[in-house]
Order: sequence, then structure tokens, then C-alpha cells
Amino acid sequence: MSTPPEVNRRRRNIVIGTAAVGGAAGVAAAIPFVESMEPSERAKALGAPVEVDISKVAPGEQMTVEWRGRPVWVLHRSAEQIASVAKSDGLVVDPNVHQSQQPKDLNGNKLRSEKPDYFVCVGICTHLGCVPVFQPDLNRYYCPCHGSKYDLAGRVYKNVPAPLNLEVPSYKYLSDSKILIYADDKGV
Amino acid sequence: MAAVQQNATSSGLLGWIDARFPLTKLWKEHLSEYYAPKNFNFWYYFGSLSLLVLAMQIVTGIFLTMHYKADATEAFASVEYIMRDVPFGWLIRYMHSTGASAFFICVYLHMFRGLLYGSYRKPRELVWIFGVLIFLSLMGEAFFGYLLPWGQMSFWGAQVIVNLFGSIPLIGPDLAIWIRGDYVISDATLNRFFAFHVIALPLVLLGLVAVHILALHEVGSGNPDGIEIKSNKDPSTGHPVDGIPFHPYYTVKDIFGVSVFLFVFAVILFFAPSMGGFFLEENNFIPANPMQTPAHIAPVWYFTPYYSVLRAVPPMLESQFPGVACMGLAVLLFFFLPWLDRSVVRSIRYRSAPYKWWLTLFVISFFVLGYLGTKPTDVWGRFADGWWIVGGQDRATWTARVFSVVYFLFFLLMPWYTSRGETRPEPQRVT
Amino acid sequence: MKTLQMKLAGALCALLFFSAFSGTALAQEAHLDLAPIEPNNAASLQSGARTFVNYCLNCHSAGLVRYNALEQLGLTEEEIKENLMFSADKVGEMMRVTASPADQKNWFGVTPPDLSLEARVRGVDWIYTYLRSFYRDPAAVTGWNNKVYPNVAMPNVLWTLQGIREGKQETVKNDEGEEHKEIVLQPPQGGQMGAAEYDRTVADLVNFMNWMAEPHALERRNLGYLVLIALAVLVLLTYMLKAAFWVDVH
Repeated sequence: MSTPPEVNRRRRNIVIGTAAVGGAAGVAAAIPFVESMEPSERAKALGAPVEVDISKVAPGEQMTVEWRGRPVWVLHRSAEQIASVAKSDGLVVDPNVHQSQQPKDLNGNKLRSEKPDYFVCVGICTHLGCVPVFQPDLNRYYCPCHGSKYDLAGRVYKNVPAPLNLEVPSYKYLSDSKILIYADDKGV
Repeated sequence: MAAVQQNATSSGLLGWIDARFPLTKLWKEHLSEYYAPKNFNFWYYFGSLSLLVLAMQIVTGIFLTMHYKADATEAFASVEYIMRDVPFGWLIRYMHSTGASAFFICVYLHMFRGLLYGSYRKPRELVWIFGVLIFLSLMGEAFFGYLLPWGQMSFWGAQVIVNLFGSIPLIGPDLAIWIRGDYVISDATLNRFFAFHVIALPLVLLGLVAVHILALHEVGSGNPDGIEIKSNKDPSTGHPVDGIPFHPYYTVKDIFGVSVFLFVFAVILFFAPSMGGFFLEENNFIPANPMQTPAHIAPVWYFTPYYSVLRAVPPMLESQFPGVACMGLAVLLFFFLPWLDRSVVRSIRYRSAPYKWWLTLFVISFFVLGYLGTKPTDVWGRFADGWWIVGGQDRATWTARVFSVVYFLFFLLMPWYTSRGETRPEPQRVT
Repeated sequence: MKTLQMKLAGALCALLFFSAFSGTALAQEAHLDLAPIEPNNAASLQSGARTFVNYCLNCHSAGLVRYNALEQLGLTEEEIKENLMFSADKVGEMMRVTASPADQKNWFGVTPPDLSLEARVRGVDWIYTYLRSFYRDPAAVTGWNNKVYPNVAMPNVLWTLQGIREGKQETVKNDEGEEHKEIVLQPPQGGQMGAAEYDRTVADLVNFMNWMAEPHALERRNLGYLVLIALAVLVLLTYMLKAAFWVDVH
């Protein structure tokens, strides 16, 4: 039962054609399943921008808000704390703020904030994700898990396990006493 | 090397695998050198289609489980969360609900093929037994799954069915409490039904499908003429003269069957997923309310023939159990078909006239019982008072009784009517 | 070959079975008017949303619908916040009533049901007819009764729009000539809208409720057309594939 070459060629071409269309259909069919694992409307609603009233934070003190399930610190830097940032240039890995751990308009801004007197950052250590401790007496943040340290602009010290500066989220001032923390993706 | 190479022809990666795992052997035994009869017709698509639907239900089920909450206070809302807030969640949910009904359509048609062509006859009794076990497991899987949306139908359907188990003499009430994990259908019931539906029964189904196919391949497939192709082998090749290798001929044919099926499936999925209330019932869009039963409870369409049998049997000795027992027997009778059928021929093409009439009656009964199961018992009104026996009673109930008897007699009288009547001579070669 | 009898029996069974695919599962006594649903009409849906928020959301929640889902009707986030959000702060929240269900049960005797899925439960024709079938009934607790849902606990919230209708008990003959008593609805008096405009308003509201019950319905159908075209191509190709191989088999 040997089939003639024309039939074989026809068969091969139809196999290839069907496989191609079928493969494309298969990929198309997979898309909804893959997409279904993306953040749902509920996740997006819960991850919506957060308004924070910063008027109650005294100078030198820090408040924590939750945004997208993570702690965000708002530190009302005193004059002394602002000065301490300048002094820690020699202690940190990235004194000129080249690492992209903040909104683009803050690149190169040594204080890493929109206004000098308030510092906003995500309180998650860039080593393995623990929440560092605020040490105002030492003008730094200290992570208890593996000893990483950051200055009061969130810049990471040299010779510690953490590789990157603390992340500064996108935020803007709605007024002198209110800031809005948001994400630069579709979650705005 | 002293080690015997079974697959001297495989080289490279395939050879490496074959030396460690019977890949080529399995491929040959079950696909490229599994000789199946060349005369498979329309009725032979539904086995592979059932397998497709099983795979689809598992995949869609996995993705649904990513978002579903098996908690009585959250379940209903989580299904709507899937329908509204999860990207393409609505599509996955509809695939799963349409797939459930498609599963039963394919399985019922697949079973009917068995009735038509004597697929359950020796030497395929075990294939059939595994198949009936699959059918039973599927009914359980559907029942457990239906509670999960926690709608009014989910709740009250489960309540009714578990109460049926509660009617079993002696052990009934304790059994019902044990099944529920509580005195009424509750969060405890929901959680365990979730476990059964998502893990326990799918594993059972997969195992049963595997042995079902293994048992079939052990003896070879039947065919519409009911004759054994293995009794006529080509002396030079050893293969049945009426057989063709499953791959490529039936892989290619089944792929075509799959695309036609998917087309029909897509029409329903995208344009009528509720199917007028038969695939997704209106009452199930109301959250479960233990304080209020909907005016009209009916099981999902694929259970309605058996529900009709249940309702047709009146209470006896103050117990619902006779109805329950009859309903169970209606399903269990399928197990005995290989031994009830005494005909000398397998396929309906050569059967005697009495058998054909009985099969026709059986099919009509199945449909009538199924239809009646979707309706309340007063759907056809009542007989006038004063009629003998049936006076003043629902016409539908008596119709269901008559057709239930016909259904049972199809099985119970089979040894008698299959040994009577003239059969036509079977051919030597398939037609 | 199956006999002709078998084929006829099969056809009869199929006919019988599929004739069961009729109507809704819920019992309906009154004749229902057909609701003019227009899923594509954004203006109608927006009007319906406005009516829903102004008249229904006081008592009935739509707790499965997020406010920002209304963007699918062609509204912007600002429009939703300014015109449609009275009891929520964020646009991602669900449309809920401020009262608790327990309180409502105390006040009304029954908690007004959540309406997110009502169009799937009752059907659009039922809701459309229901909202146009209220009549004055001094014997009822609320002063209103409804021809589609006798002795309903809900008053006629849209009465200012429709006007006040009386219902007269009359003896009516049906098609078989049998007589029975029926409430016949009289023309409404003193509403802000005429009959046609009121019907239009209710139609928009029901259109909106239909959208609420299944927000992705339009997307579903549109995707369906695409998928069917692709599958038709595949059916053709796989048939050719099968035929190309089966020339071998005789």
C-alpha cells in the first residue's frame, strides 16, 4: 500500500498548513488563561492610589501607610536629618543617585524627594524583603534580618548585603498637607 | 555491550529515552501499530471527544480554582468575581459550565454507541464495566461541582440528594449527617464537596479512563458490524485485513471530529451559554437561602431521566427509599448488560426485530423521562376523577411510571427477547 | 443501516426533548411584554444607570458591580464620580446601599434583594412588565400593588414619573370563552412623563440591568464571531487533512 509521491506531498502540505493554523489557534486559546492570572479588577481597585494626610507627622518623625500590601514610610525630615544625608555621601554605594529606584524626575536628586522636608519610600529592604527599622539617633535605617543599612534618603550603605537603594514610589502633592501615592502603570 | 537493546532502530535522544522508558513501545502499541477497524462511523467520535472534554474541564477547573473561594459566605460572590473582575474569567467559567453539559452529551452518545454495536459484549465486558464506573464517577463529580456556586439550586439540589441518602433504612440519617458534616447543608459540606470535586474524583476519573482505554486496547476495538476483525488476519503481515493503524488514520479523523465539536461548542459557549436555563439555571443566580426553597426545583438536565424514575415511585411503608433504590438500580443495570444480552449477534445491523423495538422504546423512555424530570409533576394536568386507578392523579406521574417500567424492562427482559426473533447473518468482512 | 423506524423515533425524541427548551424556569402567571433590549446603545445604558442610581440604589444594592465598571458604558471616571456616586468614596468600590440588610428587614419586613443579577433571575421581560404594572391599592401596606407580582412589598418608586394608576376589578373572557375576574390597569394620571416616555425610561433601566447582570455579554458575542470564523477554517483544513490520508483506505 505505497502512496504516490503527489499524495504524499499533498498530505505533507496539508499537515503543515493545518498544524500552523491549529498552532495559532492553540496559542490564541491559551491567551485568556494566561491573562486571567493578571491582576483582577479587585486587585487593581485595592491597589488604587492612596491619599495620605501628612500634616500630623512632627519633624523628625515617621508615619507608615499601607499601599499595595506594602509599608510606605513618610518621614518628616528635620533640618538635622536633611544635613545628615549630605554627610553620608561617602558611606553609600550610589551617592549621586544613578540607580533607577525612584521616579525619573528624581534621578540625581540626592535627597530623593519632591520636597526636601518629606521623604517618601517603600519600607522594604532591597536584599530579601524584610522591613528595616528607623534609627533616628543614628540617622539611618537598619535592617535586622541581615544588617543592611540605608541613609535618610534611602541610599544603601557600602559593604552591606542589600544591592539597591530603597524604592521611592511615584507620588505627588495634592496640597501642602496631602500627598497621593500612585503607580505609573495603569493603576493611576 | 551485553545489554539487550529492545529498540535497536531508535537512535539519538529517542534511543536514550527508549533504553529507559517504553516510549516507542507505547507509541507503537497504542497508536501507530494499534489496528482498529476501518469502518468506524459517526458514533465512534464520542470517546475521543469525551477525553477532550475531560482535559478541558481539568484545565478550566484549575484556572477557576485560582479565584474561587470555597466558603459559604464567599463562594457565590467569588463566582461573580470570576465573571466580572478576572480578565477573561467569564470565558473560563462558561467553558467549564458548558463543558459539564457537553461531557454528558458526549458520554451518553458514547454509551449509546455501545448499545447499538454490542461494544459491551465478550471480550469487552471489562471495558464496559470501567465505562459504567466512569459514568457513576462523572455523576458524582457533577453533583459535587454543582454545589460550589452556592446558588439556590446548588443548595437545594444538594439538600434533596443528600436527604435521599438519608432515606436508606437503618443507616440513612447518620449517613446523611456524615456526608454533610453537619445537620444541614453548610460550609462544612461545601468545603468537602470542593475537595471531592477538585481532587478526589478527577483522580478517580483519570485512573478509570486509563484502565478503560488499556482494557480496550488489550482486546481491540469493536466496530459497527459487530464482528471481530482479529479473526481475519493477513498471513503475510499478521495484521487484521479490516484493520488500519490508529495513527495516522484515526488521529487525523479524530482531529477533524474535534474541530467540528469545537465549532458546535463555541456556538453554545459564545451565544447561548445558559441554554435557556438548562446549562445555567436562573435560580442559581440567587445566593443560597436555607430559609426559602425555590418554587420549582429540578436537577440539571443530565440527571433528569433518573430524577423522573425517583419521582415516579410512590412512598412505600412511609419511606422514600423504594424510589431511591429504583433510581440507583436504573443506573446500576448498565453493569449487567454484557450478561443480559443473549443475542448471537452484536450489532444492531443484524439484530432481530424485537431487539430493535425494545431499543427504540428504551430511547423514547429516556427522552420522555428526561423531559418530565425538568417539569413539575402537574405539567400535564390530572386525569378526571373516577378513572380506574389513575383517577384524580397527575398525568405526568403516570406517564413517568409507564416509561420507567419500559426502561427497566429493556434490561430485565433482555435475556428473553434477545434469544428470540430472527437475526440476520453477520458478514465476514466489515461493510 | 438503522431502520426508518429508528430514525423516526430518534427524530421524535429529539423534538420532544428540545421542545422543553422554552420559556423561563420561574412560573409566570401574567402575560409579559417584550423588553426592547439594546446592548449596543450607550445612551440608553447611561440613562438606565442614572435612573438606577437615583431611584433604586436607595434600597437595592448592586453589590457585585464596581462603580468603575460603568466606564464600559462610555462614561469617564469623573462623570461617574460626580453624577453617580453618592454613598462611596472610591470609584473601585461596589454599588452598595448604606443601610444594613438587617435594618432593612426590620423596616420593610424583607430585605430588598440585591439587583446585580436580577435580570438573569427574572428575565428582562418580567422586570420590564413589572415596573410598568403597579397600581393603587388602598388595602396594600405600601398603598401599591402589582399585577405581575401580587402583594409585593415594594412600593411604586417610579410613580412620580409614571403617574398614578388605578386597577379595576373586571370580569374578563379569555380565548376559550371562559370568564374570570382580573385587574385591568387604567391609564396613569399626573405623571411627569407620558406613557411612551415612561416606557422608554423603563426600557433604558431594564437595558442597564441587563448589562449589570452580565457586563461582558457584548464582548462574549463579539469574540464568538471571531472564534467561529477561525474554527470554520480549521474544520475545513482538518477535513482536507483527513481526506488526504483516507484515500488509502478502501
